[in-house]
Amino acid sequence: MGAQLRVYKRRIKSVTATKKITKAMEMIAASRIVKAQRQVAASEPYATELTRAVTSVATSSTTKHALTTEVENPTRAAVLLITSDRGLAGGYSSNAIKAAEHLTSQLSSERKDVVTYIVGRKGLAYYGFRDRPVTDSWTGFTDNPTYADAKVVAAPLIEAITKDTAAGGVDEIHIVFTEFVSMMTQTPVERRLLPLTIAPSSAEESAEVFKRGGEVRPLFDFEPSAEDVLDALLPRYIESRIYNALLQAAASKHAATRRAMKSATDNAGDLIKSLSRLANAARQAEITQEISEIVGGASALADATAGSDR
Amino acid sequence: MAAELHVELVAADRRVWSGEATLVVARITSGDIGVMPGHQPLLGVLESGPVTIRTSDGGTVVAAVHGGFLSFADNKLSLLAETAELADEIDPQRAERALDRAKSGDDDAAGRRADVRLRAVAAR
Repeated sequence: MGAQLRVYKRRIKSVTATKKITKAMEMIAASRIVKAQRQVAASEPYATELTRAVTSVATSSTTKHALTTEVENPTRAAVLLITSDRGLAGGYSSNAIKAAEHLTSQLSSERKDVVTYIVGRKGLAYYGFRDRPVTDSWTGFTDNPTYADAKVVAAPLIEAITKDTAAGGVDEIHIVFTEFVSMMTQTPVERRLLPLTIAPSSAEESAEVFKRGGEVRPLFDFEPSAEDVLDALLPRYIESRIYNALLQAAASKHAATRRAMKSATDNAGDLIKSLSRLANAARQAEITQEISEIVGGASALADATAGSDR
Repeated sequence: MAAELHVELVAADRRVWSGEATLVVARITSGDIGVMPGHQPLLGVLESGPVTIRTSDGGTVVAAVHGGFLSFADNKLSLLAETAELADEIDPQRAERALDRAKSGDDDAAGRRADVRLRAVAAR
């Protein structure tokens, strides 16, 4: 076999092996998306019921609480950034980080000190490389978060919002994560968790509010008292929102991995195709050369014997 | 037909039970409370304990609830719990083992959880 042909054969073999790996990763990610999507759907009833409860307290009680009232001069804001532990997911983590950067600069321009909390090794590495201060970080569960993980993440945030700003507390909590819109679309979003924004966020919602405008909201009886209920609601609300964000981020990460691996598999397929064309051409050239060598050798031999006959 | 209220019992990661009921008994901070159709809108903090739901077809559903909320409005009762299990899903032997383990160690929270589970099984 010619040297050129051998080089092509070897490359085709290695690309085929890579293609098998990326194909397997694509299929694993695809099956995980379905699982993650189911988890998001399963966590929805709790989140909706809790949000409903929180809104009804916020609208029907007049008590002042961190959950519902905005501080006049917010000076410190916490930002929780959710990224992934592992790469091979296209622009998934860097898009989330970019969104966090945008939010951070916006908050700084409003003269607020930003306190950063990070979930996922990718985000941590980005901040660590740039020597930025990170108040707290968690890794190891981004692929498959549980409610217990959400509680662990929420604990320091809850502590920070209940503390005074002078004592190291914060006035606002923001969260940056990748929203799972569909299999094909995942968008990084910035949300303010606290204080609550009761204002309708979309046109549809405001239409809904307008429609119900005349309706009288039920007057709630609080047991034991409005403050106690709010005190107990606040941590649950934060935990549930963080849990939902973690689940959505996990689903988005799997979707991003699937897409990245699909394009890697496609690229490998293209590469194999063009390499086999080149290998075919090399083989053909080799055969042609051999034939011309044989023909040349035969005619030289024929010439020689014809000469000796004479 | 007796008046009914709609009940949603949801845990953080799933919907545990939902359906129509005539009476729901749960424990909140100030004691046991029974909610029947047409109750005043209410928002309360749940204590860990068994929740008894009398369904409209005459059956009884018992669930172990570990902390959470109860909210009633528009004839709809939502029981929100971090963790909730139906009594039928609880394995009494396992809960008892957990209780023993918690007693021998110092894990108060685990002991309380196991205790609530056993009470829910007993109330079934």
